[in-house]
Amino acid sequence: MDFGFSLSQSSTVNLDKTDLSLFHRVHEIEPDVAICMACGSCSATCTSSEFTGMSLRSVILDIQRGRQEEARKMLSGCMLCGKCSMVCPRGINTRRLILTLGRVFDGEDRNTRRDIRKEVRK
Amino acid sequence: MKRTPSKTVLVIGGGIAGMEAAARLRQLGLQPILVEKSDHLGGHVADWHKLFPDMSEAAALVEKGAAALDGVDVRLSTEILFVNRLRSLYNVMLSSGSNVQCGAIVVATGFSLFPAEKKEEYGYGIYDHVITNADLEKWFNTGEDPRVTDDVRKVGFVHCVGSRDLKAGNTECSKVCCITAIKQAIEMKEHFPEAEIYCFYMDLRLFGKRYEDYYIKAQRDYGIHFIRGRVSEVGENIEGKVVVKAEDTLSGRPVKVTLDLLVLMAGIIRNPDPLPYDRRGRIPPKQRQSRGHHRI
Repeated sequence: MDFGFSLSQSSTVNLDKTDLSLFHRVHEIEPDVAICMACGSCSATCTSSEFTGMSLRSVILDIQRGRQEEARKMLSGCMLCGKCSMVCPRGINTRRLILTLGRVFDGEDRNTRRDIRKEVRK
Repeated sequence: MKRTPSKTVLVIGGGIAGMEAAARLRQLGLQPILVEKSDHLGGHVADWHKLFPDMSEAAALVEKGAAALDGVDVRLSTEILFVNRLRSLYNVMLSSGSNVQCGAIVVATGFSLFPAEKKEEYGYGIYDHVITNADLEKWFNTGEDPRVTDDVRKVGFVHCVGSRDLKAGNTECSKVCCITAIKQAIEMKEHFPEAEIYCFYMDLRLFGKRYEDYYIKAQRDYGIHFIRGRVSEVGENIEGKVVVKAEDTLSGRPVKVTLDLLVLMAGIIRNPDPLPYDRRGRIPPKQRQSRGHHRI
């Protein structure tokens, strides 16, 4: 029956039900994903944020809170200019992190994890 | 040893600071007396397990400090009854019945931990699996605490419990809790490698040498989760587990998590100064009418 109203979903982050497997997979390849302190330098300097709403800080937070879909959507707004890696005070190789995130989202990491590690070692 | 009152320095408090001060004064050729109210030296550190930021043994530090007290007059289980000023010396009456004349006094009376049960909303003393930082150190040392179960899978740390808190009557920052929480989180992760560990913080104050490196290590190598937001409310579910509610202020959303153990980082409260200063900030001279066995 339609009562003419609906209930909206709770916005609470329930860490009991949060699936962190994607974050753990990224963390394994790029341990630096965990050292982001959410300063926002990357988002402030992002050339495409104005047009696409891209914010790497939010992407990292989203995957730590189990919001994979939002992260994936936002990540598509990146144009890989690499400006964020110049400003990160923690020295995270953000451009490489974004590429890794893309691979993990596409499920390619399982095959290429070894290759990426090889690349990292270089 | 013949005691020269003008060269005698009374050090009040036998914690790490008092021990260090007494040892250095002795090296300078002075005659320190170290007075400690409890029956052992080391203060809070004597109850601790390991120390930040290098995981060195707390007991080793206390031992090292005690070994450096050669030639220092150490009086345990002794308190200061009163202090008054003579012409150029201080006259101090001790609870042991002896009185001491000295040229200077060092106050190293340290701190007490905030009684966590005062923050009732965190449930210390009410729920089964809520402990303090001091309790956790005791558990690291003894392995005995019914509140810490054998299969801990989820642990939370609450920063700033009773510090930076006007309502709790202590507006000061305790300065070392942030780094202690990180140390304890790492130690916990080493005990329970499978556990997810969450630190709820307002902001992290990691000012000291190697503290920041330690923080990065906790994040990158130990995978400890840091959630910015002060815990607002703690409850218990039907299984007896701790349910924590906070705001994840970076996401701008409420956050909820069920834990096997919650550790409250009880803050530091300065101990009251044992010296009876007058309005001008000086110790009052000896009263004429105070006669008795301590009269000079």
